[in-house]
Amino acid sequence: MKLLVVEDDRETALYLAKGLNESGYTVDRAGDGREGLFLATSGNYDAIVLDRMLPSMDGLAVLGALRAAAISTPALILSALGSVDDRVKGLRAGGDDYLVKPFAFSELLARLEALLRRGAVTAATTKLRVADLELDLLTRTVRRRDKPIEVLPREFRLLEYLMRNAGHVVTRTMLLEHVWDYHFDPQTNVIDVHVSRLRQKIDKSFDSPLLHTVRGAGYCLRAPEPQASR
Amino acid sequence: MIAEKLSPPTMGAWAAPQWVFGNAHRLVRTHAFRLAALYFLVFAVSVSGVLLFVYWTSADFVERQTEATLDAEITGLAEQYAQRGLSGLVQIVAARSAGDRGDGMLYLVTGPDGGPLAGNIAAWPAGVPARGGRLSFTTAARVKERNETHPAQGASFIIPGNYRLLVGRDISDATAFRNRVRTTLLWAGLVALGVGLLGGTAMSRNLLRRVEQVNRTSERVMAGNLSDRVPLAGTSDEFDQLAANLNRMLDQIERLMTAMREVTDDVAHDLKTPLARLRVRLELALLGGLDGIDQKEAIRSAIDDADRLLATFNALLSIAELESGARRDESETLDLSEVARSAAELYEPVAEEKGFVLSLATEPGVRIRGSRHLLSQALANLLDNALKYADGGEIQMRVEHAAGRAALEVADRGPGIAEADREIVFDRFVRLERSRSTPGNGLGLSLVRAVARRHKGTVELADNRPGLRVRLEFPALAA
Repeated sequence: MKLLVVEDDRETALYLAKGLNESGYTVDRAGDGREGLFLATSGNYDAIVLDRMLPSMDGLAVLGALRAAAISTPALILSALGSVDDRVKGLRAGGDDYLVKPFAFSELLARLEALLRRGAVTAATTKLRVADLELDLLTRTVRRRDKPIEVLPREFRLLEYLMRNAGHVVTRTMLLEHVWDYHFDPQTNVIDVHVSRLRQKIDKSFDSPLLHTVRGAGYCLRAPEPQASR
Repeated sequence: MIAEKLSPPTMGAWAAPQWVFGNAHRLVRTHAFRLAALYFLVFAVSVSGVLLFVYWTSADFVERQTEATLDAEITGLAEQYAQRGLSGLVQIVAARSAGDRGDGMLYLVTGPDGGPLAGNIAAWPAGVPARGGRLSFTTAARVKERNETHPAQGASFIIPGNYRLLVGRDISDATAFRNRVRTTLLWAGLVALGVGLLGGTAMSRNLLRRVEQVNRTSERVMAGNLSDRVPLAGTSDEFDQLAANLNRMLDQIERLMTAMREVTDDVAHDLKTPLARLRVRLELALLGGLDGIDQKEAIRSAIDDADRLLATFNALLSIAELESGARRDESETLDLSEVARSAAELYEPVAEEKGFVLSLATEPGVRIRGSRHLLSQALANLLDNALKYADGGEIQMRVEHAAGRAALEVADRGPGIAEADREIVFDRFVRLERSRSTPGNGLGLSLVRAVARRHKGTVELADNRPGLRVRLEFPALAA
């Protein structure tokens, strides 16, 4: 997997490149908007990490130029501007996700991987399956080992998001954004309780747990080791 | 204060030497003066034009009348001479000279010796050349038993045989008329120009005075007195509008400055301590004596500290942005019940786990205009607080109509807030428990108030007997 990091702050760029390298990605770096646009149009990247404020060409302008040239490489925008309005502007300009600086590397990695996967999941899917857990998007029912599991509507959305990102870390912030559409972090551990309730329902009466807590990062829904697809 | 001393004195009475001389140089450079000068110039030119036209049409008209009469007379005499010769001419001149016709016509025919043959002038006027053509001369006239010399205009002709004819007209009346017109117009012009000069000066002085007020206010503001405002004349003209706009701008600047100063003060006071703690933690990790696992743990705590600091910082910035009005969040029509339901749904599990009973009572159609994001965040802060400070029991959320307003309430069964403290808890970093053992940054209620104000709403704390009741009220949209 090849990534492009467009970031003018050298320190941040090096830190991102190092972290992403260690996570198994090949990383190219660009220090300003023009170079970023040039690399993005010529190279074949799987995803772009794009700072919003860049010298010579604004990040959103780079994105606009890319999208105008029908290059649909998923892009994650990094920005110090955090209001909902800024976020909306970034996404309208063609960004696929928006992360406010400063951020934890684990958060960036989780979001980037979600972006990279997005293309792989076909939209026509009506059933999601992880090991013996099955979620039917049409009937909105959940079954495990063919036993129906009662879930509340919000729990269904939570599980759907986790299953769509099965095998990967999903942060609390990602869950708040995608399941609740909240773009702030509550001080109370509200998400943890939701997840543990969900875990009660899908894992409790079964011997192999699927929903795992990843310390310092978030959660991961994955099949037990022997059948692991990763 | 210094600025006040340095600034020029008010334009006093208009004759004040200070203004006439002391500020003359400065006056000349002002736009108002140039405007007034231009105004005066245009005024002077047009007044002169009008007066000249009046002079020309009145005085010259009389003059042309005189000439026309003369011409007619000469034509008549020439015809007589042509028909009846010299004797006929003498006859007709004698006839026309007889009696006082009152039209001031003068005639004289002289013989070859220069002696008069007929006419109403005694002798050929002195200094008038004995040749043909147009001429001006003076003639003696008796007016009310006094001899006067009157100006006259006419023409003379040489008649064969060395006879001469002089036809003229006394133009003393015309001249007097012309002089009177000239004098009148001159005075009228002077008065008009004087009035114009005064008007222009007054106008420019008035303009200057009002611009001066704006200038002096801005000087004082620049000198640091941010609360100074431009006085309004109460005339609601352009200057008042300008002053009002400037004042509004100053209000906004003052608000921004105050918000910024508060943030800076708060940062200095309350972020320094955790930063120092973070530094100590890192230094300890560096000093050694810790094995790999402990070191990792120390770094992890340091990162947690940094995250908390960042969260505090972001919260501060949000509040400052909200209070200064610099932030532009999209606003939409919201059903408050929906906003509350969504937050309740998010918090219900954690409340239950901590031994609370979270309930929500809604009324249909409680709608406001606002940002779902901001309101949700405010609500989350209130719920966080209830979970943090109360020790179980009910948490009641309520959305209702309240006399044309939309109300949103969160009430808990915790210790509540003493009446004396109900205002100060909205200030930044205020946390009532002295030990500060519960996590939190003391910004929750500050943000709630900023959000309420942003939505033109209010926030009130009340006693829930026991517990705390926080009530937000917003202008409601018609159902």
